[in-house]
Amino acid sequence: MSKLFSKENGEVFSSPLNLNNPVTVQVLGICSALAVTSQLKPAIVMGLSVTVITAFSNVIISLIRKTIPNRIRIIVQLVVVAALVTIVSNILKAYVYDVSVQLSVYVGLIITNCILMGRLEAFAMQNGPWESFLDGVGNGLGYALVLVVVGFVRELLGFGTLLGFTIIPSSTLLENGGLYLNNGMMTMPAMALIIVACVIWVHRSVNKEEKK
Amino acid sequence: MEHFFSLLVRSIFVDNMIFAFFLGMCSYLAVSKNVKTAVGLGVAVTFVLLITVPVDYLLQTKVLANGSIIEGVDLTFLSFILFIAVIAGIVQLVEMIVERFSPSLYAALGIFLPLIAVNCAIMGASLFMQQRILLDPATSTQAIGGVGDSISYALGSGIGWTLAIVGLAAIREKMAYSDVPKPLQGLGITFITVGLMAMAFMCFSGLNI
Repeated sequence: MSKLFSKENGEVFSSPLNLNNPVTVQVLGICSALAVTSQLKPAIVMGLSVTVITAFSNVIISLIRKTIPNRIRIIVQLVVVAALVTIVSNILKAYVYDVSVQLSVYVGLIITNCILMGRLEAFAMQNGPWESFLDGVGNGLGYALVLVVVGFVRELLGFGTLLGFTIIPSSTLLENGGLYLNNGMMTMPAMALIIVACVIWVHRSVNKEEKK
Repeated sequence: MEHFFSLLVRSIFVDNMIFAFFLGMCSYLAVSKNVKTAVGLGVAVTFVLLITVPVDYLLQTKVLANGSIIEGVDLTFLSFILFIAVIAGIVQLVEMIVERFSPSLYAALGIFLPLIAVNCAIMGASLFMQQRILLDPATSTQAIGGVGDSISYALGSGIGWTLAIVGLAAIREKMAYSDVPKPLQGLGITFITVGLMAMAFMCFSGLNI
């Protein structure tokens, strides 16, 4: 039991959350990080789906890693991921239909999310199932963290709401005689890029100080 | 004929893969350091799109759609697996062809050629195509109702992606000489550049064709 929660395994889990974050440091899985973050709720659902899929595909590939012929490993990995994504997509359609409509093609695009392929190639092909599971959960949560931050900023400034609840009282809005105006620009795709750039900027300058 | 043209122009400018949907960002950011390789990758992506989207269209309408093989059986839940298999197979084929006929381009593209298989733009185009089959061609200019439409959509998406990557590569070549704050260098400033380019492309969104 102590081996399962050893220090190395703890690092495998925690380093992708901050120092080795898949989005801001390794630059993987950017596509969906930008596209689904105009509101907080789809961002959370997307982050959780990716976490689940990364964790389980890591475990499956790690279990069969010794039997996969090297030449066709990419196709094997893609098939495993595609099967998991199909399952998750159908679960989303069954239980949170409105979010699954909002996410539209981006659920299917988890298959081509570079985080998955990157972790399968770099980690699951060399390590045992338990380490791979931790690595998958860690990377998925690191990705979810960035999504939630970006989604939080965009929904708050773009719509004045969080998870659909109004945060900025409507009496302060310009059309009701107040002085505040929601920034419609935040809901546009272009601002997602700029907010991610700011997240990277902050993350890199903070980490540089820590290293000193 | 008119519909082909409007699909083509819309998918280049209005529904641009990069600026409207952020598809294929990973290789977009990684390979846009100089114009020459950017053009090579753009052409390769366009070529793969031109084959995979029509093939996936035929699969979707003739094999997967409700009742097309066996009456009353809907196989659309298999579409993810089938589409990615088609894409991976065709990328392998393209890789072999390029290696045989143009070793210099093969060497220049390196690892990014096999990685086209996991380029979201390719998979994304097929998934958007799958959604657009359901649209009514009489009312929507985005509807895809035949193989011809899917070819024109694939061509437009490919050209749009190439346009975006070549533009960014040209800007990044010039940006090597500018003075950027240290933590923002590299990735950060590239994101801001892409954001500004996306804002510029937003002015096409009013285009009505």
